[in-house]
Amino acid sequence: MEISLAAEKIAHIGALPVTNSMLLSWIASIMLTIFAYLSTKQMSSIPQGIQNFFETVIELLFNTANSVLDDEEATKKYFPFVATLFIFIIANNWLGLIPGVGTIGIHEIKEGHEVLVPIFRAGTADLNTTLALAITTMIAVQVVGVAALGTFKYAKKFFNFKGPIDFFVGILELMSEFSKIISFSFRLFGNVFAGEVLLTVIAFLLPLIAPLPFFFLEIFVGFIQALVFTMLALVFIKGAIMEAH
Amino acid sequence: METTTGLSIEMVKAIAAAATIAIGAIAPAIAIGMIGSKGVESIGRNPESAGKVQTLAILAIAFAEAIAIYALVIALIVKFV
Repeated sequence: MEISLAAEKIAHIGALPVTNSMLLSWIASIMLTIFAYLSTKQMSSIPQGIQNFFETVIELLFNTANSVLDDEEATKKYFPFVATLFIFIIANNWLGLIPGVGTIGIHEIKEGHEVLVPIFRAGTADLNTTLALAITTMIAVQVVGVAALGTFKYAKKFFNFKGPIDFFVGILELMSEFSKIISFSFRLFGNVFAGEVLLTVIAFLLPLIAPLPFFFLEIFVGFIQALVFTMLALVFIKGAIMEAH
Repeated sequence: METTTGLSIEMVKAIAAAATIAIGAIAPAIAIGMIGSKGVESIGRNPESAGKVQTLAILAIAFAEAIAIYALVIALIVKFV
């Protein structure tokens, strides 16, 4: 039973190494692009089939975003970004549960003994992916704040010279922006990777029937983590566009 | 070192990994329980605010759970790296 914290490299494109989680996140992106193309190919007023399914998803996400942001104008502006976050994260999380991910692999010799290097691994089970998502989200939050309030007013939230306590709180807020990156990335990575480890261990101990409830748990956790990432991004966007009080 | 003291690095690693997650999950578990109980109590007292309370409660539970996840990641790093 091999469990590796870092995603293993399986190929090289020129000088760039390709890891197994990169491969699965590419597959997820291609799959989502194909679904998007198929559902908007012949758009009709009364949606049928795949267009109907995605319209339901979009409507649910829009209502969730609206309930957090409380402002329909703002929701329309920031909805594409957060909806993409949600759909990308949930697609990556759930693709990591398909049978074959983590088990189909190449036998390689590493440090003397033979290990199995899986060709597929959940995209979000790699700290690089989640770190990239976290950094992108936090940069987007800053950009949204500056765009909504203006550079000077937004900077005054962090560098507040009204008094010593306000100044200290401002510096603390600045540091918390960085800690949010860490917490975003580790929350998503920890949940998905721990889920993978749990499934591996249970399948190792009691294959076939016992992993079933754990698969349900992992489906649920994948959905909840995507939802939590999206809602937190929405809450931080709301905090960024709010006037300083 | 290994034959005389009887405590090898593998043993210490295993104990460290287990202790990290065991102790690190106590506080988040208590926190999530308290958040849940307060959330349910406030919805019971004011059913109209159910939507807002639910949103806030899920957010707070996610923050609390993140701490448990940090402990789990450290335990996994200790065990497997």
